[in-house]
Amino acid sequence: MISLGEFIQDLLNPDLAFLPKALLVAVMSSVVCGVIGCHVVLRGMAFIGDAVAHAVFPGLAIAFVLQGSLVIGGAVAGVVTAVLVAVFSQNRRLKEDSIIGVFFVAAFALGIVIISTAPGYAGSLQQFLFGSITGIPDEDVYVVAIAGAILLLVAFLLHKEFVAVSLDREMARSAGLPVFWLDLALYVLVTIAIVLSVQTIGNILVLALLITPAAAARLLTDRLGLMMFLAPVIGGASALVGLYLSWSLDLPAGGTIVLVATAVFLVAWFFAPRHGLLARRRRHGSARTPEQEAENQGVAAGERATLGGVPTG
Amino acid sequence: MTTSATTATPDRAVASPAEAPSPEAAVLRVRDVAVELGGRLVLHDANLDVRAGELVGLIGPNGAGKTTLLRSILGLVRRRSGEVLVDGAAARGASTSMGYVPQRHEFAWDFPISVEDAVMSGRVRRIGWLRRAGVADYRATREALDRVRMTHLRKRPVGELSGGQRQRVLVARALALGPGVLLLDEPFTGLDVPTQELLTDLFAELAREDGKAVLMTTHDLVAAMHACTRICLLNRTVVATGTPAELDDPALWMRAFGISQTSPLLSALGLSTTDRKADA
Repeated sequence: MISLGEFIQDLLNPDLAFLPKALLVAVMSSVVCGVIGCHVVLRGMAFIGDAVAHAVFPGLAIAFVLQGSLVIGGAVAGVVTAVLVAVFSQNRRLKEDSIIGVFFVAAFALGIVIISTAPGYAGSLQQFLFGSITGIPDEDVYVVAIAGAILLLVAFLLHKEFVAVSLDREMARSAGLPVFWLDLALYVLVTIAIVLSVQTIGNILVLALLITPAAAARLLTDRLGLMMFLAPVIGGASALVGLYLSWSLDLPAGGTIVLVATAVFLVAWFFAPRHGLLARRRRHGSARTPEQEAENQGVAAGERATLGGVPTG
Repeated sequence: MTTSATTATPDRAVASPAEAPSPEAAVLRVRDVAVELGGRLVLHDANLDVRAGELVGLIGPNGAGKTTLLRSILGLVRRRSGEVLVDGAAARGASTSMGYVPQRHEFAWDFPISVEDAVMSGRVRRIGWLRRAGVADYRATREALDRVRMTHLRKRPVGELSGGQRQRVLVARALALGPGVLLLDEPFTGLDVPTQELLTDLFAELAREDGKAVLMTTHDLVAAMHACTRICLLNRTVVATGTPAELDDPALWMRAFGISQTSPLLSALGLSTTDRKADA
């Protein structure tokens, strides 16, 4: 295990130029995934995130075979699949998750078939699936930085609409919000966030960057603004610490980053101030949630307390 | 694919006598509405007027089309025929003149959002794209919270509210748009009786004092008969409308609910026919 000082020296070593690039890309993509992941977690669409993560694979494979940009190839494939899912789920005969199940596995299968036509595909397949911190081209650092900034800007501009749809689709629709297009926009944001992260962390593990920091942040706060600040911080810190551990212990980068994020999640699950296991134990002597508590305590009592001092009827 | 909503031009609406600014004028008019869902006609020839200051209870058995009628008024389901007028003008799907209070389970109560932000979310469309809430939006939110007496809980996360408080938040969210019409879908489901009564008082106040035209679906017939100024019996179409006192003919209820003369429903409503038969 090398010390933090040695790690910084390695980062500055021109012979190891890939290392700072990998760190930059990993942290930037984790931050973007943390913000977008908040919407994914709050809407309960983790499965869609998983689907998109798999769906970008054929695009990566095509880009690899054609020697094109992996980011663009993956983004196109992911967006196409997201659109297909959004369109096909308009048929209410099938639930959305079935449609997603059909398309994302098909996309993944297509990716495997395509990449098998490339010479020496076993090595590149592993690189795609589990990530690699070497071999990130310079231009990809810029692509990730610019695309990530655009992504965060769009998420910021559409924030109140995304929240309104997440809160209550019926109401949003009746108020005249274009729910379908907002869903599509969110899918596209998720897709691009995933594509940006695939290179360092790999296709299989990328879902963790989207879900784990946001889930941990949800446990730590009841305020959306704070959650959307904490999630990218947790994600970015996990990427930093994970990469350091991976470099100094010679472990795979993607796996280490995910394990660090998972450790943060577990700490939050046990020790979060309000929603953690210990806090709930302390409050109730049992593991009941405040929601159940509110329902159980008799709505009437709460209601009267609410109206205390106000003359009614 | 011409629906009547698109054929009803503003000109025609101006010519309509409903435009006259009289308190007697119906704010919400439902005209000959028919709705087909999955090839089945679930609603036909539905006619209903709701005037300002009225609290109208929409009553009928399951599958009678109560929610469908609300949704067709809101433009959430396509009408096969008929039209919906608000203030004399054809209601567009995205209407800010109607406040919708969906059933409580439609709302994501586990979302990390405060009461006041949840109420503000009702104004998202009004605020507009790429814009932030302004002074008018905050004022409307505060007034709506005041109206439902939830101001003291405005900072609380919605997940920590009781059922009755949650219902109030949804009402406030609808009120934040300042609508003339309020549509409530099963507001009493899963609430205990004292909470129901407090909410009923609130809805009656919104009609009587604020002059809203309130239309509410409910399964609670006794409460509806007690609190509503008018009742609309629905079963695929409007079977009868009138004040609770006017709907004293058991035959209407038997038709609307498909029940027999001896149904406990009729005795609960004080309309039992068995006494009369005994006299005869």
